[in-house]
Amino acid sequence: MRVSGRGTLSDVTVPHQDRLDVRDVADLAVPVRRPSPWQGQAPVVAVVAVGGGIGAAARYGASLLWPAQTGGFPWTTLWVNVVGCALIGVFMVLISDVWAAHRLVRPFFGTGVLGGFTTFSTYAVDIERLVAAGRPEAGLAYLAATLAAALAAVWLAVTAARRVLLWGRS
Amino acid sequence: MNWLLVVAGGMVGAPLRYLTDRAVQFRHDTVFPWGTFAVNVVGSLILGLLTGAVAAGAADSHLHLLVGTGLCGALTTYSTFSYETLRLAQDGARCYAAANVALSLAAGLGAAFAGVALARALWA
Repeated sequence: MRVSGRGTLSDVTVPHQDRLDVRDVADLAVPVRRPSPWQGQAPVVAVVAVGGGIGAAARYGASLLWPAQTGGFPWTTLWVNVVGCALIGVFMVLISDVWAAHRLVRPFFGTGVLGGFTTFSTYAVDIERLVAAGRPEAGLAYLAATLAAALAAVWLAVTAARRVLLWGRS
Repeated sequence: MNWLLVVAGGMVGAPLRYLTDRAVQFRHDTVFPWGTFAVNVVGSLILGLLTGAVAAGAADSHLHLLVGTGLCGALTTYSTFSYETLRLAQDGARCYAAANVALSLAAGLGAAFAGVALARALWA
């Protein structure tokens, strides 16, 4: 997740090369190496895995509580995705602006739990299933409704969380 | 048993998404979220194949829980997709935000349809 400096999931640092000029670099037999992106990643991968297991279980639980009928409108997946989008909006504002959390909190909850809870593949295949069941209009409605509700949820959540923070500080 | 299959799949899918995103970020210096795009398209293709295989009787429901609900469900993500789209729009890269939505939907749906069709050709 990298768009700009703030709110990224990971940062890659490039070492300063002020002691090397272009000629020196050209003379070196071994090219200047960037630090490996996998250095110190084992704990991050571990917490993402645990979070992913929890998120996937929560999604499965929702599908058991509110089972979708075959060929019916996939309301449960729609709500799972919309709720996950609202939660990530609030979480990213908290973790970027207020909460000096441990470095594993964001990968655990943002990447692991919420990433594992929401799903794009089920959404895409649900649409295919609706079209295959002879209900292309329902497939199109589901495609548009999920997209609109998910984007609105994340936008509203980020905006509301920032408002509450500003209000609390004033 | 069913819960264990879903959890096991989720514990593989989510770190695969994280590692893919990190590898893509490291190699390509771009604001476009290619990592999330890639996992969403690949996950949709695999789930399409699996769903087609189950419909044709070539795969059972346990495999669907492990690889479909667990692995593909956790490998792909709607929350990161939405959040990255919002960040692009709010950082002034509105064209990138629109392109992210259009490309993810077109490629993800294309992959899901292709997966089901391929499974039907292979096993039905």
